[in-house]
Amino acid sequence: MLEIRNLHARIAEDGTEIIRGLNLTVKAGEIAAIMGPNGSGKSTLSYILSGREDYEVTEGDILYNGESILELDAAERASKGIFLAFQYPVEIPGVATMQFLKVAMNEQRKARGEEELKTPDFMRLVKDAAAKLQINPDMLKRPLNVGFSGGEKKRAEILQMALLQPQLCVLDETDSGLDIDALKIVADGVNALRSPDRAVIVITHYQRLLDYIVPDTVHVLYKGKVIKSGDKTLAHELEANGYADIIGAAA
Amino acid sequence: MNMQTTSRLTAAEAALIEAFNNQFGKLPGDGAVTATRDRLLDDIKKSGLPTRRVEAWHYTDLKNLLRAIPAVAGDAASKTVKPLVEGSSVLSIVQGHVDAKASVGGLEISSYAQSLLDGSAATSLGALGADDAVGRINGSFVRDGYVIDIPAETELEQPLEIDIVHAGGQIHTRLPVTFGAGVKGTVIERHLSVTADAALVSHVSDITIGDGSELTWIILQQQGGDDTHLGQIRIDLGADAKLKLFVINAGGKLVRQELHIKATGEGSDLTLRGINLLGGETHTDVTMVLGHNVPNTGSTEIIRNVVFDRAKGVFQGMIRVAPDAQKTDAKMACNTLLMSDDAEFSVKPELEIFADDVQCGHGATVADIDSNHLYYLMARGIPENKARAMLVNAFVAEIVEELEDEALVDALEGIISAWLEKHA
Repeated sequence: MLEIRNLHARIAEDGTEIIRGLNLTVKAGEIAAIMGPNGSGKSTLSYILSGREDYEVTEGDILYNGESILELDAAERASKGIFLAFQYPVEIPGVATMQFLKVAMNEQRKARGEEELKTPDFMRLVKDAAAKLQINPDMLKRPLNVGFSGGEKKRAEILQMALLQPQLCVLDETDSGLDIDALKIVADGVNALRSPDRAVIVITHYQRLLDYIVPDTVHVLYKGKVIKSGDKTLAHELEANGYADIIGAAA
Repeated sequence: MNMQTTSRLTAAEAALIEAFNNQFGKLPGDGAVTATRDRLLDDIKKSGLPTRRVEAWHYTDLKNLLRAIPAVAGDAASKTVKPLVEGSSVLSIVQGHVDAKASVGGLEISSYAQSLLDGSAATSLGALGADDAVGRINGSFVRDGYVIDIPAETELEQPLEIDIVHAGGQIHTRLPVTFGAGVKGTVIERHLSVTADAALVSHVSDITIGDGSELTWIILQQQGGDDTHLGQIRIDLGADAKLKLFVINAGGKLVRQELHIKATGEGSDLTLRGINLLGGETHTDVTMVLGHNVPNTGSTEIIRNVVFDRAKGVFQGMIRVAPDAQKTDAKMACNTLLMSDDAEFSVKPELEIFADDVQCGHGATVADIDSNHLYYLMARGIPENKARAMLVNAFVAEIVEELEDEALVDALEGIISAWLEKHA
């Protein structure tokens, strides 16, 4: 589903190179975990996948379902089924959460040539998905993410993911700031989306989340490239021994 | 004093004087009113319309901006409009004239023309000062309006909407409203053009708010694309009175809306919220002079501006704290989204503080849309142009939502969205 080939990318504003020859393949149905120390480029990779304009790809390619997505903007990528659950979802005062959800769902449907949702159908979908994530309906009456706690923001991200039904889900440190109960709810939400034609990339610092969202593959990112890949036992190894051994071996 | 002035009258000034002379004996008023009118017009003749050399008009050079005056309006009735919120009590002023039979349960309503004729309007007809061009023009020409008395302890269950509707021409109206103590309710002062014919509109609302009242007053300006709108509201805020004043400009070619507010009762509180939607080649000026005249009063002012095309906007915010007005708490902010390279907005905050134990602050920002917000919306599949429109809308909707009345919020957001769709 996703094939990243020798990707090099830098911050557009100051030219700092962050991604330096990254290769990664994620198949449909797969859950891939990306781990790595601070500053290794994990979040940057998620931004580049989603089409953030603050970064420039200088070399290599990103193929999604066999086609390069480098020329597509963030909205086009989203409507093709790429979803990024943000580490720090922004608060947008004045944009009502329900209106935002409706516009997002309908714009994606429009882009795919589908009919727009009727309001009662939309309301039912949101209500059901919110209940599964134990989201208080009052929260959805507020402006987008405004006044949400850290945990509420993360749950709201998973709610959006559940409603938009993306093909490729990228979770950027979705576990940060969550207590254990919230973590379980969020993990259940992600696991419910597991399917043979959907792939999930879980970016995390900690093994903890991977106890609940069990990955098929684990990749260690360091200085902008994947230095080691393995199965879920690699995450346990990292938890026990830290990154030093692997970084040392790769150097 | 200045013998040369008359020969340097602009076309618009000459047309104003001519209009006054042509209406000799036709403008309502007893001897005292007529004398005041003559004096006000004389002041216009002598000093002309203000230029940028007059401090209060520095960013709105009325003499140069007001190029022409349309002919005096005929009395032809133009159509009335649908109220902003269904179920509101509506009072219409059509083509500058009131409906003499209009009534709203519980309120005492009479025509301002009557107050002019019997002379009771004479004392308040004058201008606020030598730089009060709006007061001079309105005082010279005003023909009609409603005089409204709202008895103490009245609770207006539905908004009272005053529609000042015209179909072009010269429209000069006045609206004296007295709220007794403990009145609760919402008043909408709406200015609306129903044709494309140019108009010169002057309007003065003269408001006295009794002790302990809790009111919302909304000025919604939707004049036509060739209209000049010179608006003024004078407010006297009694003890423990709470006023939410919303000013929304979404029309007009040349607009000056003045807010002259005096907090004269201890414990009073003002919430001023302004929205300026500016586009095309227009000029819009909101000028506030707020006096915290007694101790323990509070105010917050937030003005949000969205400026497209070659439009120009101005906000002047003057807060005066009197020497014994201790414990005044005032905060003013003006935020602008400039949507084109040719758009302009000038902000002049002024604090004149004569008391020593007060909190007063002001801030101004000018920005483009927040790129993090734009990215977030796009990352959910919302195309860039639509995402931008949502964010511009949000920038002003945030202010509207403070109104809390759902029907009113919906109606105003509808007007804002429609305006943005036309201009974005």
